[in-house]
Amino acid sequence: MTGIYIHVPFCKQACSYCNFHFSTSLRLKDDMVEAIIREIHLRAPNWPWQAVDTIYFGGGTPSLLSGLELSRIYDALSMYFDLSNVKESTLEANPDDLTPEKLKSLADSPINRLSIGIQSFIERDLQYMNRAHTSEEAHKCIEDAYKMGFDQLTVDLIYGVPGLTSAEWEDNLNNLFQYDIPHLSCYALTVEPKTALHHQIKTGKSDPPDEALVADQFQTLQTMSEHNGYEHYEISNFAKDKQYARHNTSYWFGKPYLGLGPSAHSYDGQHRQWNVANNPKYIKSMQSRQLAIETEYLSDADRYNEMVLCRMRTMWGMNKADLEGLSEVFSKHFLQEVKPYIDNEKVIESADGYQLSRAGKLLADKITSDLFYID
Amino acid sequence: MKLIRNFCVIAHIDHGKSTLSDRMLEITQTIGEREMQDQALDNMDLERERGITIKSHAIQLYYPAKDGNTYTFNLIDTPGHVDFSYEVSRSIAACEGALLLVDAAQGIQAQTISNLYLAIEHDLEIIPILNKVDMESAMIDEVSDQIIDLIGCKKEEIILASGKTGQGIPDILEAIVDRIPAPTGDVNAPLQGLVFDSVYNPFRGVVAYVRIMNGVLNQGDTVRFVNTKKEYDADEIGILQMNQVPKKKLEAGNVGYIITGIKISKEIKVGDTVTTVDNPCEKAIQGFEDVKPMVFAGIYPIDNDDFEDLRDALEKLQLNDASLTFEPESSAALGFGFRCGFLGMLHLEIIQERLSREFDQDVITTVPNVSYQAMLTKRGSEEFNVNTPNDFPDPGVLAYVKEPYIQAQIITKPEFIGAIMTLCLDKRGELKKQIYLTQERVELHFDLPLAEIVFDFYDKLKSVSKGYASFDYQPLHYKETDLVLLELKLNGEPVDALSALVHRTKAESIGRKVCKKLKDLLPRQQFMIAIQAAVGAKIIARETISALRKDVTAKCYGGDITRKRKLLEKQKKGKKKMRQVGNVEVPQKAFLEVLKLGD
Ligand SMILES: Nc1nc2c(ncn2[C@@H]2O[C@H](COP(=O)(O)OP(=O)(O)OP(=O)(O)O)[C@@H](O)[C@H]2O)c(=O)[nH]1
Ligand code: SF4
Ligand SMILES: [Mg+2]
Repeated sequence: MTGIYIHVPFCKQACSYCNFHFSTSLRLKDDMVEAIIREIHLRAPNWPWQAVDTIYFGGGTPSLLSGLELSRIYDALSMYFDLSNVKESTLEANPDDLTPEKLKSLADSPINRLSIGIQSFIERDLQYMNRAHTSEEAHKCIEDAYKMGFDQLTVDLIYGVPGLTSAEWEDNLNNLFQYDIPHLSCYALTVEPKTALHHQIKTGKSDPPDEALVADQFQTLQTMSEHNGYEHYEISNFAKDKQYARHNTSYWFGKPYLGLGPSAHSYDGQHRQWNVANNPKYIKSMQSRQLAIETEYLSDADRYNEMVLCRMRTMWGMNKADLEGLSEVFSKHFLQEVKPYIDNEKVIESADGYQLSRAGKLLADKITSDLFYID
Repeated sequence: MKLIRNFCVIAHIDHGKSTLSDRMLEITQTIGEREMQDQALDNMDLERERGITIKSHAIQLYYPAKDGNTYTFNLIDTPGHVDFSYEVSRSIAACEGALLLVDAAQGIQAQTISNLYLAIEHDLEIIPILNKVDMESAMIDEVSDQIIDLIGCKKEEIILASGKTGQGIPDILEAIVDRIPAPTGDVNAPLQGLVFDSVYNPFRGVVAYVRIMNGVLNQGDTVRFVNTKKEYDADEIGILQMNQVPKKKLEAGNVGYIITGIKISKEIKVGDTVTTVDNPCEKAIQGFEDVKPMVFAGIYPIDNDDFEDLRDALEKLQLNDASLTFEPESSAALGFGFRCGFLGMLHLEIIQERLSREFDQDVITTVPNVSYQAMLTKRGSEEFNVNTPNDFPDPGVLAYVKEPYIQAQIITKPEFIGAIMTLCLDKRGELKKQIYLTQERVELHFDLPLAEIVFDFYDKLKSVSKGYASFDYQPLHYKETDLVLLELKLNGEPVDALSALVHRTKAESIGRKVCKKLKDLLPRQQFMIAIQAAVGAKIIARETISALRKDVTAKCYGGDITRKRKLLEKQKKGKKKMRQVGNVEVPQKAFLEVLKLGD
């Protein structure tokens, strides 16, 4: 079984924190859809897996594609893949795109799950982050999506935005909880290099996020989501009734995925590949039927490190059974390095594995880095 | 012997010695077109990368002169950096003449003068060369006047040259023949050779470079080194070209090498005299004074298990670089390591880098200091050296402590005198002399404590003078001083490897800066870190590093994994290079960086 990711590299406007690959000019949109379809023809025949269990349209803003365009991509995929067992077909969408008409056309497409980029219900935050939608649109699109029959919904929120008080963060969460959405992703605002936000902070036009406040809001998030029936199953992901995001979860379990579109990454269990992150270059190379792709071979140590990196972020952690399956160098190394963290209660040793404790989650990067294996 | 000329190329740093040497190698076809590369004599990787000469390089060339004879030239290219001036003085001892280069765009600089005096002391014939005349900014008349003033030569004696275009090279070669005297010496006298340099070859052992003063050295002779009194067979002798070229004999006046299979550096001493056992010479040639280290620092393996490997590496390095000294020491914070002596900070950096490159030894270098002399109040005690803060006695039993002074010469433009005075006074210096070399150039002499100039003096001098100041120094004497131990504490624990000996008047400001600097250098940890600087029981500065509350990436999906893994791998590698001091992790470079206070 494989997952398929399709990157749609266009946005209406650039959010100030965003470092994904996208263009705010829609000029090449038609060419891009053609190019992605060409990439499917080029790569699908060589992809070792045919059975697909998840499809994910990410971006960028995939909700800029019409229902028709989405269907064309599906048709191309169905020429090579067995899509009959696809359990999850997600589309990332922004509230301003999710008009009732749009929702209608999406309901008629094979998309069965919407991931809505709400980010905040506070107007001030939305402006600070240069989001394209209003608080009102945020509320309305959730209601409309439900009305249109989308029961598999997930919503993104961002906390730690300079100026966001703890009380406001609680309000944001409560606003969301009232809709009883099955899945949430909540991200700490991250200042990535080469973003507008980075520049604003560097030039003193904005304060940087306050680390202590971010940590507090993360803890609030853990407490409140638990209270409202969510399982905190990955650092930034929360699910009700085990409705975990299948596609994303498969990343964390090292399952193969084929990534299509500019900048998309693929993984076949042994190599990671990524397409050129440049729209004209990508389109041109597809027009000449040549891949513009970089490949990296993952050594055993690389794969062990990735396993630690991904698994430790999840509530399942590193399984004892999985550890036993690794070569002894790695399992021994893991057990030795994890020890001090068990002692200081950042990691919990359970019957079947090692998981981050609540305090450990705050330091996930430091801990995983320490667990890494470097010759 | 009439057809031999021995000379060295001397100048201020970067005035083009190695490049000009290239042209001479080229024109005499000592080096083929194919092998030619810029600064061909700078054969160490580090020299090539940094574009500076670190070691003197001797090479033999053959020059068919206008008079119809072919002359044998022994050329020695020397380093210009002040840390390596002992290399220049050794080279000079093997020569009868010197090419003194002056960069036409920069004019006379501090090492131009000091190297010139070294050459004059040894009665070398000086050929003044105005180099880099191809440059647009060349000031030919002005710098010519400076040279005339300095050495009292005639204008016609100065050769205009460019190592870049090759201009003037034929004139230089002729001048070497005409002006530099042939060596004198008696071929029939007993062998007397001066060991002026040595290099270490892992396969052949120590290779000694010698200048034969009298007599003849034959391959296979049993030779004796007069000072060490050791005897060996001269397994191989020869001359120095781009490679070593074996010969059957070396005669008085010539320069060459001897390989005797010596593997231990202590058995050979640069400056020693070599003679034959069968027919020894009567007296030794006057050798060189031992080079005295100027700066001391502890060098520790990152991993304590590597201590013996580190000793091994230092011993091998010493074979190539006799100016490096080391002895074992231990530190509460770092375990077992070595206290090493260096000629200056550049030398320290180079040793550290060579350890890493040539021996794969990543090391921790502690805060450097100069060597002090101390005396205890106890009756019958003797003056002793303090080379590390750990040796500094308790103030209660200290009678006095002295610190080394240097005499500094700074050449600059009159408009910068004020700023340089301020800088030197701040460094506890005393102005001794002020000489106008020309209207536009002034030479200032200061007495300065060595401790004040080893770290960042040169950078500061450059910045206050906008680059228009050059600087040279010689050791002067020891003078009583008011020294205190500036102790650094992390979470209350004193860290000897971060502590320093400083002048009392500077303790507070240095303490404050060191704490600040450490605050930047230490990674945050899961708990708060208190950084304190103390003199005795008194805390004079303090900083805190707040606890790391959150270190977790928000997103980790398909496209993020590679980047994230690489980032965390890098972090892990960095951590491997940290030293645990108490419960605080200190990065490898922090120990050395901490006194680079900048500002
Ligand atoms: N324009 C010009 N540049 C030159 C000339 N000679 C040397 N250079 C440049 O000056 C710099 C220093 O040259 P080197 O030959 O390495 O100087 P050096 O005196 O041997 O330097 P140290 O050994 O480190 O003291 C290099 O960048 C050379 O390319 C010249 O005649 N003309
Ligand atoms: S956050 Fe989403 S909508 Fe905003 S710029 Fe990035 S990809 Fe586009
Ligand atoms: Mg040089």
